[in-house]
Amino acid sequence: MSRIASCFEALAAQGRKALIPFVTAGDPSPAVTVPLMHAMVEAGVDVIELGVPFSDPMADGPVIQLASQRALAAGASLQGVLDMVAEFRQRNTTTPVVLMGYLNPVEAMGYETFARNAVAAGVDGALLVDLPPEEAEAVAPVFREQGLAQIYLIAPTTTEERMARIAEAGSGYLYYVSLKGVTGSAALNVDEVAVKVETIRKHAKLPIGVGFGIKDAASARAIAKVADGVVVGSALVQRIADYADQPDQIPTQVAGLLAEMRAAMDKSD
Amino acid sequence: MSERPDYAAFPDAGGHFGQFGGRFVSETLMAALAELEQTYLALRDDPVFLAEFDRDLANYVGRPSPLYLAERWSRELGGAQIFLKREDLNHTGSHKVNNTVGQALVAKRMGKPRVIAETGAGQHGVATATVAARLGLKCQVYMGAEDVERQKLNVYRMKLLGAEVIPVSAGSATLKDAMNEAMRDWVTNVDDTFYIIGTVAGPHPYPMMVRDFHRVIGREARAQHLEQTGRLPDALLACVGGGSNAIGLFHPFLEDESVALYGVEAGGDGIETGRHAAPLGGGRPGVLHGNRTYLMEDADGQIIPTHSISAGLDYPGVGPEHAWLKDIGRASYVSVTDAETLAAFRELTLVEGIMPALESAHALAYARKLAPTMGKEQSIIVNLSGRGDKDIHTVAAIDGINF
Repeated sequence: MSRIASCFEALAAQGRKALIPFVTAGDPSPAVTVPLMHAMVEAGVDVIELGVPFSDPMADGPVIQLASQRALAAGASLQGVLDMVAEFRQRNTTTPVVLMGYLNPVEAMGYETFARNAVAAGVDGALLVDLPPEEAEAVAPVFREQGLAQIYLIAPTTTEERMARIAEAGSGYLYYVSLKGVTGSAALNVDEVAVKVETIRKHAKLPIGVGFGIKDAASARAIAKVADGVVVGSALVQRIADYADQPDQIPTQVAGLLAEMRAAMDKSD
Repeated sequence: MSERPDYAAFPDAGGHFGQFGGRFVSETLMAALAELEQTYLALRDDPVFLAEFDRDLANYVGRPSPLYLAERWSRELGGAQIFLKREDLNHTGSHKVNNTVGQALVAKRMGKPRVIAETGAGQHGVATATVAARLGLKCQVYMGAEDVERQKLNVYRMKLLGAEVIPVSAGSATLKDAMNEAMRDWVTNVDDTFYIIGTVAGPHPYPMMVRDFHRVIGREARAQHLEQTGRLPDALLACVGGGSNAIGLFHPFLEDESVALYGVEAGGDGIETGRHAAPLGGGRPGVLHGNRTYLMEDADGQIIPTHSISAGLDYPGVGPEHAWLKDIGRASYVSVTDAETLAAFRELTLVEGIMPALESAHALAYARKLAPTMGKEQSIIVNLSGRGDKDIHTVAAIDGINF
């Protein structure tokens, strides 16, 4: 069984939900990322989403755009991100790692080379933000053959018909974007999310993670009640930005935020 | 090319021109694009809509634009007769208004009270602000902070027209970043907002829809040239940034195989220097802004900074139909440098009394090279896509003049 599937299965058996942090790889510098990943695992996260920096992050808000810029300025590249995952795997062979980013760097590397190198480095899945299932005909068989999960987004505007199609095409887990807008947007309506997640469940057997708008222990706890996983990104990336000039503080700072979320998610009523 | 493609069949249902085009966007935009596509596919065959569009083109834009034989310039160059398609004489001073009039009518049909746009030189921003003013739509225009600085005149025009210009300082602070920001706005405000894209790039259906609205350029030019000379032209020239004026001119001629098509990209300091904005000449296929096309990118797939004297061509991608026309060999894509462009700008102004936009001056610069290689009995149509008033500051600065 894949690392992602075993992870969600074990959590389900314990009646717990996945805490899934997103951080941009190489932000603010390459040396920060691997220690940060280990610190996040120690804080109780279940899956790590690692952002692959891109020059034109069209679907991201200012916080993650700036993270991409910092990482690129510090020399980040897709191959560099794969090397970080390989280094992380020297000490951690169980926590699933998913790359999240845009298609063009993957195209530049080549689908086949990317999928093979990613799996060899210990990557479990990839979420290519600007690659909907309609355009994934060439990519999907390559990922499937290499055993790289293809994670798709579902949005508040996604029709039920498309939900079914996306659920069919996706593997690993589904990522429900809880808000219209870019990453880091503001308000979150948990009741609306709950309704949507139930609709998605009618069409999907995969676990459902929910992201966008989760920024603290309270929102993480609320989403954990309705979804299988809670994705938190901009809140962490903002903390990294705040400590960009004291990079040795970053793992502790981010782990602190995540530990609060973990505790809130696991607390019984 | 052994077999002629059925050009009218492109793009396919998914928005593809061969391997190019498509709809590479986040799931958050898929529903909006599907809605736009359905609306537009119904409207493009709706006689009431088309009549309204034609009426606006005639009475508001001032079409047809003339096809003018530049006799003195042709004589001086000593070769082919050069005809200028005078899109500079349109209301707002460029071809851009054909498309904004069309998209604004679509927005109105969809009941969207707010429009947004990206702009480089400001021509598309002005054309959007203009139609928004006329229809009483709220209008916000995203513009790279660097372009806001070098196109002050157009920024002020947009403000006078009631639009809000939002400077974008992310990334390289130019047209591509303005487009990123406009996409982000659209994702967030999709319920009440229509995104008027200014070129034949972006996710399907934009490249098709924008092309359709600009086809009037080529339809008119073809009929006018036939009327004035009794024959078809031998070559068409148009500048290519995103490529909207070029596709508008080219498209009605695609099946006329005797007509050579030349798209002229911004060579900047020269393709060999790397400081240019010519993805067809110096880039490779990739995915940006919702479509697969030729891009200026580095080995890691990161988009690289472009350079051009003309803000309107300073874009690292190009419309997917151009990418396809290049690959199937139907059109040729060439480039001229900033210096050659400036020389053509000055020459047309002095010889014909027509001051072209620096964008359009790229096509003129290539005409200066091409015309002398052709016979006097042959003819060229150059798309004079915009007027040069907005570029006077840029040219004056080069001449060391500060107003």
